[in-house]
Amino acid sequence: MTVSDVKVGYELTTKEKRFIGWHILVAVLALLIGSLMGPLQSFEFSGLNLYRYLEPILQDYYQGLTLHGVLNALVWTTFFIVGFTNLTTIKGLGRPLSHPLVNKIGFWTMLTGLVMTAVPLLLGEATVLYTFYPPLEASWAFYLGLTLVVVGSWIEGYGFFLTYRGWRKDNPGVRSPFIAFAGVLNMAMWQIATLGIAVEILTMLLPWSVGLIDATDPELARTYFWFTGHPLVYFWLLPAYISWYAMLPKQAGGKLFSDSLARLAFWLFLLVSIPVGFHHQFVDPGIPEGWKWIHAGLTYAVFFPSMLTAFTVIASLEHAAKQRGGKGLVGWIRALPWSDPSVSAQLLAGILFMFGGIGGLVNASYNINTVIHNTAWVPGHFHLTVATAVTLSFIGISYWLVPHLSGRKLWKPKWAVIQTWTWFVGMIIFSNAMHVLGLLGAPRRTPLGQAPYVPEEWAGHLLRVSIGGGILFIAVIMYVWTMYKTVRGPKVDPSEVPEVPIAESMRHPQLTPAWLDTFKPWLIGAIVLILVAYGPQLFEQISNISLNSPGIGP
Amino acid sequence: MSPTSEKTKESMGVDPFERNWMIFSIGMLVVFFTLVTVAGFALGFQVPGVETKVDPRTVTVDPASPFSEPGLRKVSEGNYEAYVVARTFSYEPREIEVPVGSKVTIYVTSPDVQHGFKVQDTNINMQIVPGQVSKLEYTFDRVGEFPYICTEFCGIGHAAMFGVVKVVQPGEGGDQ
Repeated sequence: MTVSDVKVGYELTTKEKRFIGWHILVAVLALLIGSLMGPLQSFEFSGLNLYRYLEPILQDYYQGLTLHGVLNALVWTTFFIVGFTNLTTIKGLGRPLSHPLVNKIGFWTMLTGLVMTAVPLLLGEATVLYTFYPPLEASWAFYLGLTLVVVGSWIEGYGFFLTYRGWRKDNPGVRSPFIAFAGVLNMAMWQIATLGIAVEILTMLLPWSVGLIDATDPELARTYFWFTGHPLVYFWLLPAYISWYAMLPKQAGGKLFSDSLARLAFWLFLLVSIPVGFHHQFVDPGIPEGWKWIHAGLTYAVFFPSMLTAFTVIASLEHAAKQRGGKGLVGWIRALPWSDPSVSAQLLAGILFMFGGIGGLVNASYNINTVIHNTAWVPGHFHLTVATAVTLSFIGISYWLVPHLSGRKLWKPKWAVIQTWTWFVGMIIFSNAMHVLGLLGAPRRTPLGQAPYVPEEWAGHLLRVSIGGGILFIAVIMYVWTMYKTVRGPKVDPSEVPEVPIAESMRHPQLTPAWLDTFKPWLIGAIVLILVAYGPQLFEQISNISLNSPGIGP
Repeated sequence: MSPTSEKTKESMGVDPFERNWMIFSIGMLVVFFTLVTVAGFALGFQVPGVETKVDPRTVTVDPASPFSEPGLRKVSEGNYEAYVVARTFSYEPREIEVPVGSKVTIYVTSPDVQHGFKVQDTNINMQIVPGQVSKLEYTFDRVGEFPYICTEFCGIGHAAMFGVVKVVQPGEGGDQ
């Protein structure tokens, strides 16, 4: 067997940099606009309803909440991830995309979809929140636009698969470079996972919103939606994991602790992140307790690769810190390069993610879920996961990525470090208050400043939500401003532009067993597990479909 | 934690610390899962399951449907059934009064959009979906007022949607 080294020498062309840059630009603009709604919602909790001054631009709290969810959770993430996966594929494999036109078509499809979604959202004709549960009915353009965003991401995925296949053919027996492997795996998982909402929209919501059928089956729609809804969070999370596993150790001056365990974790995510959707439907009617219980068990199983991740990432960081002279059981943490904003962002993201993970285990715990279901706990939870583990990591990535793509230096790195801490502090206040409110029974998705049943004792926590939300808003503005000033700054000598950080593995990747670098058995396993965990109940619901719930505008 | 680079054969290369961590992780998950399973299936802390399907267009008007007359029905001493209609943007009935210690089986459905039904300070928490009936059983063993609130966005008046369970001393209060 030949042991060949990973080629990392490939330099991105200007065209490739610009193409990736477009993804990041759309992502950051979505984050900016979506986050403008953040303080409007959080201030409302302590009685300051700014929406009344914003008519006719925004009509109400729920329109703002829909924009916040769609732009931040769906658009910012998807565009950033697909752009980042372009980078991990090209840079990881050390070769250009085999069919760049495919990726171009994919990107423009996504962008067309985004515009099509944005119009009804801004006109107030799609105030259905980002879960768009029927029979609340949005304009057809909203459903079609979302479909195009997903289809565009599929098409870009095909571009990655073709490039990966080409590399495989030229390098038989060689372990695929980790970042390319992991990015392609995430896109493969995404293809399977999004079949749920694709079927929901194409067979039910789209024909219904254009008037071909007059009613829907809301429970079946929920089952389709959550088929996609949970793996969606892993689609967000895995690119952050790619950075934590294979980039952050390099930035901290170390290596990836274990290539084989990193791959095992990713395969387990492919295997078990889809057949777990009923844990979002624990309190639903129409689904037997037994199936909910099975999905609870599988959700516990998907917690295992996250535990593996915690170990490998922390071990890699400890190794790096000790190289830098760090000492002690936990004292080494201080030796990490906290003054690098990209590192501090991802370390802080990782710290808060531990609490997100613990909360997630509560959510997954079958009957314990009834305590927090549909309460403020849930947005409190996912502001630690998607809005911190993912978003703050993406912010950290962009602190080297945007300078790398634009051939510039990061504008005021110290300011960027403060930005990451501002996010961290704001999120601790916001998220803790939301978790506490949830335990006290406060519902999610509700302008609590107007709700008649809110007891006096919630007031302090509601105020903390407002304060945390305000701090987070400042952090978003600081981030976007840093990005703006960076790309508007002068071009610098290529030697001053940050490189793509790619960590070597402590053991040579060629020593990783071959079964951890082959797609077929794992894909078959994932599909079999989905058929077992979803097949019977899905068949039951589809064969008993009752299209008897007419649409109602919000 | 020494890297095992001297080995040249393919292997997982699992570090002893890592192996222990994996054993701990699996052990923890098995214990937690056992606990929720016992609580659910042996001690009765259950989630809602499959009840009847209904036609949301007729469920509140069809005289044969129990939801055409929402309210509390006494089944036997200390045993009640409550039929609740959740609609934009109120519950029918708005108030349920039972003597302390009563076991109440609550059935909820919606004739319009999805709603939530969460009774504060209890384990009652249900998604209300048009076309379906959500059902849970609960014994109210503390005197007091327990608001039930809508926990799913249902439209512009969502925040105002609530009712209250009044748990009273036997003999006090209304018509029970």
